Amino acid sequence: MRKFFENSKQALLITITMFVLCGFIYPFAVTALAQGLFHHQANGSLIEADGKAVGSELIGQTFTAPQYFWGRVSSVNYNVYTKEDTIPDEKGQVNYSGVSSGTFNYAPSNPELKKRIEADIEKFLLANPSVKRQDIPADLMTASGSGLDPHISVKAAEIQVERIAQASGLAKDEIEKIIAANTEKRTLGTFGENKVNYLMANLDIMKKMDEK
Amino acid sequence: MWQIAIVLIIYLPLVILTGHYLFRVTMQQKTWLDPIMDRFDAVIYKLCGIKQVDMTGKQYVLSLILSNAFMVFIGYLLLRIQAMLFLNPNNIDNMESTLSFNTIISFMTNTNLQHYSGESGLSYLSQMLVIIFMMFTSAATGYAACMAFCRRLVAKTDTIGNFFVDFVRVITRVLMPLSIVVAIILVAQGSPQTLSANKTVQTIEGKLQDIALGPVASLESIKHIGTNGGGFNGANSTTPFENPTVISNIVEMLSMMLLPGACVVAFSLMVAYRKKKTIFGKQGLSIFAAMGVLFLVGLATVYVAEKAGNPIISELGISQELGSMEGKEMRFGVAQSALFTTVTTAFTTGSVNNMHDTLTPLGGLVPMFNMMLNVVFGGKGVGLMNMMMYVLLTIFIACLMIGRTPQFLGKKIEEKEMKLIALCILIHPAIILLFSALAVATTAGVAGITNPGAHGLSQVLYEFASASANNGSGFEGLADNSTFWNVTTGLAMFFGRYLTIIIQLAIASLLAKKMFHSDSVGTLKTDNTIFTFLLVAIVLMIGALTFLPALALGPITEHLQLYLHSS
Repeated sequence: MRKFFENSKQALLITITMFVLCGFIYPFAVTALAQGLFHHQANGSLIEADGKAVGSELIGQTFTAPQYFWGRVSSVNYNVYTKEDTIPDEKGQVNYSGVSSGTFNYAPSNPELKKRIEADIEKFLLANPSVKRQDIPADLMTASGSGLDPHISVKAAEIQVERIAQASGLAKDEIEKIIAANTEKRTLGTFGENKVNYLMANLDIMKKMDEK
Repeated sequence: MWQIAIVLIIYLPLVILTGHYLFRVTMQQKTWLDPIMDRFDAVIYKLCGIKQVDMTGKQYVLSLILSNAFMVFIGYLLLRIQAMLFLNPNNIDNMESTLSFNTIISFMTNTNLQHYSGESGLSYLSQMLVIIFMMFTSAATGYAACMAFCRRLVAKTDTIGNFFVDFVRVITRVLMPLSIVVAIILVAQGSPQTLSANKTVQTIEGKLQDIALGPVASLESIKHIGTNGGGFNGANSTTPFENPTVISNIVEMLSMMLLPGACVVAFSLMVAYRKKKTIFGKQGLSIFAAMGVLFLVGLATVYVAEKAGNPIISELGISQELGSMEGKEMRFGVAQSALFTTVTTAFTTGSVNNMHDTLTPLGGLVPMFNMMLNVVFGGKGVGLMNMMMYVLLTIFIACLMIGRTPQFLGKKIEEKEMKLIALCILIHPAIILLFSALAVATTAGVAGITNPGAHGLSQVLYEFASASANNGSGFEGLADNSTFWNVTTGLAMFFGRYLTIIIQLAIASLLAKKMFHSDSVGTLKTDNTIFTFLLVAIVLMIGALTFLPALALGPITEHLQLYLHSS
């Protein structure tokens, strides 16, 4: 019995010690190191335009205007909302209830998946009449896992050039240059996929349009 | 393909190196960190009144359970009152009671099944004091149990090692230093590490966007190193802040593969210890090879299935050159996602870099099967212990076939051990299948299913496989934050973890007390290629026999429906 009591005491004390070491000291130490060494990244890699934060390099955004690149489907709408979305409607429902992440979690066999993709294809073809259906890459019509994907495939960017050129008044080769400037190649030529950061590309488009 | 092969090639030297270090830490041999760490540990021992005396198997288990019980108690309390405490800049509310129960069991058992979403369910204080704390301690618990098990297998006495000493040493000398290094790498790649509140920005289209911040990197590193798997955000390692680049993706994968593999290496060195110095002991190598074969077969299956895409999407007439992209991230693509999926379920971490619910049926079958077997490397420490159960079973069956006395490392395997081994191997499938049956038979269980048809059953099977294997990933569509799901998966995690550990340590204690017999010509060799193949065959046979009927009704039916429908 004395042995049991002593064991319990050690177990309790080790719990408290580790509680302080792992739960307090460790995260604070890492925070201090991170803030000192990589201040920009540690605070969310925020990007600024005219001195105000407009987003994060690593997080995608919803774009609906025709002069900007459109991203992938998101079940959380990239946590983008307007003031009206936070006001409850007559049923007490709000369109935006707070920050989250995730996807629709539709199984490949789920009929809802087919319905959603079909509707999105129709909408896209209507806005981009010059694009053929078989040229649309799947990444643009499928939902990302996080709902915050900041990238689209290079092909998904290229098929939007025509529409963007028309709406923005920029020349096609100017937009192609913007795509090239924001394309991230496979890491070391091998790892991952070639992709375009469309938020950064859209900021470039905005700057170019402001210059005109 | 190359990008997968290169990652695996980088892994091999790393795992051997870490295995040697782990061996030194476990056997209390000299390492270059000793001058600093000895003093550091001494302070902890003094604070906690730990005397470095050896324990019997029973005392070891008792200390393990007692300390885990205290941790559960403190953690539960914190979750229930988090709204009133400090470091809560986003004003998160207290957690509901069944959800708190599920969350605490989940993190204490190294499962990290999450029925809440981190962004909206936990304050920064809870993320640190409950989640990060438990990620360290549950990993250290699993590892301590494993090393106690291994030491008893190779030793001649049952009284060896002190739980508290093992527990402290693995945290201060392995988990903590590694976590700090990996966390800084992740911050360099783009993971935030701040205590300030979420940021709201105005987009260039004039709308608002909320950006969730927090001390992400410090959680992210131990999440993988300790094979924990619970994400800071709801969508886990798919979110750009938890896994910003391909480099971070590879670092996270290597982090979770490192220690479970190193446990096997450390075990091999313990077995070979008395004979000669070696890089990788033969006994451990044959086990490592068996795990490797099972891993590679699974990996190839996921990759091919995902690359082929979804026939229903092809039917809609768009290009599926990239493979099945629903639920995946563009920066990873199919190759990095397939590798991550296989690694996270083989090494039972449970973090995800793509949403498993959206995997093609065969692509989803592999992670599910990995967790059902629960021996393909497995979680930190416990994976090796589970595999040892199959090793002993294989020896027993093989010896019966050739008419020899079953013997492993000089210890005879007899009736009493075999009964416990059989029980231990049966607990896991019993938990998964019985709870799944309960879920599909009750309205409260069925209410959670969100995908129609065969995939609905897959969601249920996956959830319990994940809970019992202490993995923690999910077919996340499942609406699992209800009393039914919180309680049943909580129990599955609890029994899957502690019953197994207790039985396994009991078996090791029984073997430790036995007479040592030198190997003779008649003894079955357990460290050659033939044994590796036997082991793989037995694992697959037991796995197939137990789970095939359920798998046939779930993913296999869904696969056939998809392809028959579209042709």
